[in-house]
Amino acid sequence: MARLEHPDITSDMTTRIDEVINTHRETAGAVIPVLRESQDIVGYLPVELIDYISSGLNLPKSEVLGVATFYSLFSLTPKGRHIIRVCMGTACYVKGGKEIMNRIRQNYGLEEGDTSEDRRFSLEAVRCLGACGLAPVMVIGQDTHGGVTPDRVINILEEYE
Amino acid sequence: MATARLHLMLCGGTGCQASGSREFHAALEEEIKKQGLKDEIKVVETGCNGFCALGPVMLVQPEGIFYQQLKPEHAPLLVEEHFLKGRPVEKLLYVEPASKETIPIMTDIPFFAHQKFWVMKNKGAIDPESIDEYIARDGYFGMAKALTEMRPEEIIQEVRDSGLRGRGGAGFPAGLKWQFASKAESDIKYVLCNADEGDPGAFMDRSILEADPHAVLEGMIIAAKAINASQGYIYCRTEYPLAIERLNLAIKKAREYGLLGEDILGTGFNFDIDIYQGAGAFVCGEETALMRSIEGKRGMPRPRPPFPANKGLFDRPSVLNNVETLANVGQIILNGAEWYASVGTESSKGTKVFALSGDINNIGLVEVPMGITLRKMIYDIGGGIPKKRKFKAVQLGGPSGGCVPEQYLDTAVDYEEIARVGAIMGSGGVIIMDEKTCMVDMARFFMDFIQDESCGKCVPCREGTRRLLEILNKICGGKGEPGDIEDLEELSAVIKESSLCGLGQTAPNPVLSTLRYFKDEYIAHVYEKRCPAKKCAALLEFRVDPDKCKKCGMCYKVCPVGAISWQKKEPAYIDQSKCIQCLSCYEACRFGAID
Ligand SMILES: Cc1cc2nc3c(=O)[nH]c(=O)nc-3n(C[C@H](O)[C@H](O)[C@H](O)COP(=O)(O)O)c2cc1C
Ligand code: SF4
Ligand code: SF4
Ligand code: SF4
Ligand code: FES
Ligand code: FES
Repeated sequence: MARLEHPDITSDMTTRIDEVINTHRETAGAVIPVLRESQDIVGYLPVELIDYISSGLNLPKSEVLGVATFYSLFSLTPKGRHIIRVCMGTACYVKGGKEIMNRIRQNYGLEEGDTSEDRRFSLEAVRCLGACGLAPVMVIGQDTHGGVTPDRVINILEEYE
Repeated sequence: MATARLHLMLCGGTGCQASGSREFHAALEEEIKKQGLKDEIKVVETGCNGFCALGPVMLVQPEGIFYQQLKPEHAPLLVEEHFLKGRPVEKLLYVEPASKETIPIMTDIPFFAHQKFWVMKNKGAIDPESIDEYIARDGYFGMAKALTEMRPEEIIQEVRDSGLRGRGGAGFPAGLKWQFASKAESDIKYVLCNADEGDPGAFMDRSILEADPHAVLEGMIIAAKAINASQGYIYCRTEYPLAIERLNLAIKKAREYGLLGEDILGTGFNFDIDIYQGAGAFVCGEETALMRSIEGKRGMPRPRPPFPANKGLFDRPSVLNNVETLANVGQIILNGAEWYASVGTESSKGTKVFALSGDINNIGLVEVPMGITLRKMIYDIGGGIPKKRKFKAVQLGGPSGGCVPEQYLDTAVDYEEIARVGAIMGSGGVIIMDEKTCMVDMARFFMDFIQDESCGKCVPCREGTRRLLEILNKICGGKGEPGDIEDLEELSAVIKESSLCGLGQTAPNPVLSTLRYFKDEYIAHVYEKRCPAKKCAALLEFRVDPDKCKKCGMCYKVCPVGAISWQKKEPAYIDQSKCIQCLSCYEACRFGAID
């Protein structure tokens, strides 16, 4: 098996990734769960990791890379400590999702899909988080914030260091 | 075990958790312990109750009293006043927005009173993590009947007779789909549950999974028996961690109870279910794409035929049904087709769950009999439009759907009637828009969504939607030209006709339906460079009318970029070069002085 060398991947991570690959190796359609669990461990999917997974699962690299780029869950570049996901689903949009996005953009100089220089935040627009009752909705890491207003959004974000 | 005198059904759905139901739960338990009521009062964490916007919500049983917007600091008051002294806490009860009347009993609240709970019969009534509570409310009885007393043909006939149609969008008769798959020859077959719920503005599948996961499993087992499948998959989006957690638990419990896995109920029938987590691609909700995705590939649709009923997952015969569709099945088998078909219209039977959101007073999930009018849903259940604004349109069916204007509000909600007015039932997202919504901007919004989500396999969908978006961006950006509207119409027709899958085939619908009913708004944008709803920033210029200005300074306070100068006793002034058209001042001015 190929060796996994990358500054963002510790040997402890490699052990855990090996486990992930081993538990899924025999199942059909393992690529997506393996990519997801590996990304959970490292935080993103550097190309070296994709190489490693391809050889671990015995699949062509192009196929694994194809899957990794197709799904929005996967990221080939490092993310910030806090991922801000602003809902741009219909219900949230009608209730002012765009204005919230604009406020964040302006305040932190972040564009959609960007990560700030200090890696504090990554900003993403997502399509309906299934909490439309609380529109407009924003999720930071695991925390869901409902009824967000442009005036409140920066205060909420400032809680995240 | 002591029987509790009161059961506090506290909502622990995603919405209520986001509004702090876990924190309130802890405070409540603490207070109950402090008052020595642990044996008398039981707190049950339920799934979504439906009225998410008022969360956290709690129902006190057996009294039926409904509390809303609970905070940890309310716990001592509730325990002391209500649970000890029997005096419900007035200030935490529901107040009807229009009449300002306080309504203590849940079933008296108009939002609930007009509903009919079939699919959602257990929502908020049981602990979704307890299989015993599900069984205590007739859960798995339909499955038991199907497995022990019915032949596969009889199950299929029952579901066909019930008139149940797929709730995931297209409304294909469920029983007929099963029949196709049952006839296919193969030693391996699959039953799949579509829990991808990609439509923005729809969250009923999430709520069903969180509130009543066993109902979905039960439906899948019955479907499996009907087509003779041995393996099932639930394709659930990763964004729904609580649903996945509860499903996992439900699967584990069902296996322990011998209701899932080998030799179910000793009948010799084997069927097991695994969860497959999606990875964020709207197109994966499409059935052939979903199957590709479970196979570990890029989720791209493929042409049909062959249909999945013959050649589906791993090329085996497969049935794919939506969460809500499957959650209906157990009760249909238990209570019979006739019972189910007694509610609804000629073409659409039973009930449908809708997600009411947008510019409406009572936001949440509602389950209504098919055939109810849009007006009843929006005004009687939804409580009408807030802030005294005017209704403009209701958007139904997500990106594949359309907008319905005021004059069609008396349309009965059924698959055919809704299609007649240019929308579709879809998965049940109902988004209400008031006069401040720009319909051209909405079309642009949907096209942006579609453009983002097109898998790119076919040119008309990939390039056509890109071009539609460009034109709409141009119009909203104040650069619309004569001919643009005609181009939108022509392109839409081409995309509809020549796309491979449902995404492309319905992609132009938001454009077509807004053009159909709100063409004047397009004309205003293109020819008069005006956005009547005041939404398209490039067409707006904010000015203070010094005569109307009451010099209150509100606008000055809210402007995020300091574009407004104001001093006491002076009318405000907006510096156009600094203004970013954020609308904050326009919304803040209570005197209509900004235009
Ligand atoms: C682009 C696209 C996305 C879809 N997304 C979903 C979805 O998220 N959930 C769903 O149940 N059906 C979705 N569907 C419909 C499914 O392809 C399929 O018709 C449905 O799941 C079948 O179940 P039903 O007959 O019980 O409705 C989608 C269809 C298309 C074309
Ligand atoms: S219509 Fe669009 S989403 Fe569907 S297969 Fe073609 S490109 Fe992909
Ligand atoms: S629209 Fe926004 S930026 Fe412009 S003046 Fe008003 S508050 Fe300031
Ligand atoms: S909010 Fe309206 S009334 Fe008040 S100062 Fe601004 S423009 Fe004048
Ligand atoms: S539209 Fe934002 S959560 Fe559904
Ligand atoms: S999440 Fe509590 S009512 Fe919907």
